[in-house]
Amino acid sequence: MATPLVVSEVFKSFTMHLRDGIKLPVVNDVNFSVASGECVVLGGPSGIGKSSILKMLYGNYAVDAGQILIDHKDRLVDIARADPRTVLDVRRHTLGYVSQFLRTVPRVSALDVVAEPLVARGIAAAEAREKAAELLAKLNLPQELWTLPPATFSGGEQQRVNIARGFITSHRILLLDEPTASLDATNRRVVVDMIADKKREGVALLGIFHDEEVREAVADRILDVSQFSPRKAVAA
Amino acid sequence: MTDTPLLKVSGVSKFYGSRIGCKDVSFELWPGEVLAIVGESGSGKTTLLNCLSTRLMPTTGSVEYRMRDGNFRDLYHMSEAERRFLMRTDWGFVHQNPADGLRMTVSAGANVGERLMAVGDRHYGKIRETASDWLTRVEIGTDRIDDQPRAFSGGMRQRLQIARNLVTGPRLVFMDEPTGGLDVSVQARLLDLVRGLVNDLGLSAIVVTHDLAVARLLSHRMMVMKDGHVIEHGLTDRVLDDPREPYTQLLVSSILQV
Repeated sequence: MATPLVVSEVFKSFTMHLRDGIKLPVVNDVNFSVASGECVVLGGPSGIGKSSILKMLYGNYAVDAGQILIDHKDRLVDIARADPRTVLDVRRHTLGYVSQFLRTVPRVSALDVVAEPLVARGIAAAEAREKAAELLAKLNLPQELWTLPPATFSGGEQQRVNIARGFITSHRILLLDEPTASLDATNRRVVVDMIADKKREGVALLGIFHDEEVREAVADRILDVSQFSPRKAVAA
Repeated sequence: MTDTPLLKVSGVSKFYGSRIGCKDVSFELWPGEVLAIVGESGSGKTTLLNCLSTRLMPTTGSVEYRMRDGNFRDLYHMSEAERRFLMRTDWGFVHQNPADGLRMTVSAGANVGERLMAVGDRHYGKIRETASDWLTRVEIGTDRIDDQPRAFSGGMRQRLQIARNLVTGPRLVFMDEPTGGLDVSVQARLLDLVRGLVNDLGLSAIVVTHDLAVARLLSHRMMVMKDGHVIEHGLTDRVLDDPREPYTQLLVSSILQV
């Protein structure tokens, strides 16, 4: 089984220069990998560094030490060291991310927000919109909202737009940051089914799910992030 | 991904007497990439932009541009005529104040058409047709084609300036605080427009701004300047989500939340 994502010996801390340069360690010595067709769930209490790990993998956070190896176009890219152009190419073709909150752009319709990752990969706008419509329908987003910019949508509606945007491409690795947090039971089930579909397609998934029911349904294994916490090391 | 940069900047410095304008700036810009230069007033952003766009001669360093024939030319080893031709055809420059980039006393259509004539178009009907097409793209009614920009609002002038710059299909556009003097609703419209055009046309752009939200929305990569030096440089998301330098942290933490 292919392993498109390998994280090894990753360290991360924040230096707060505005607070006299105090150093906040976030995670120490993170080691794990995710195989194709597998869904790994990051577990542990809030503030332990789960989101930080996802953000490092996606290139939003810098890494102090270690490697994040991603199988991108048949070669290994180390996200921890890659230049911005490579990170963007990895995001466009290999690595997807569903964030907790949607960053809306003024005046762009929900349909176009969802279609954008496909258009960025060079797929015709009409075809991309068709696929976007399909996904929004699956996620039960009322059709009259599709042509509106999502800025005024409710939390759950925005999150469904966000999920559709993340799931529309056939990225080989997908990061999920609490995609079901503000969804009702029906839509949670839809997302669980969509994750199962991705697994069957051989996508490697890494996610954070606080909802126990969803976690039970999707997780192949749970990775306890507190083992990487520097705070635990001090206590022990 | 194409494997040749469009612009290669190495060791560019500009001194005003003994005062530093910008110091030892090096980077490469790739096709389709938008680079934001941020920093407070007086940090050297505009000096750097002017040095890159041949509007100001750097004291030291070189700026090389990949011409349409694929060869790199050092901008400061070209003749003045070649530089001007490049500026009028393959490049665009969007000024903060539209009056600096437009001819205020000729019609909107002529403002757009003038750049077309610079690349050799002579057919009046076609020029007018292209001009009105571009006015539509920047959301200016075609019934305003014969009006002078003097009669336009600030937001309309800025959109006209963008149309004037993009009509020749430039590969590189410089923007100096493109949303500077505009109110927020007009800003949002302009940003969305610029973002769409950059995506559709595959432009490269260098955008100077002090507005980090503008930078987040438009740019892939970001350079933070302070006292003439580039102090931090990286993926826009990374610089804004995990700023490393004390000054960048101050800048990011100073954004007002709405």
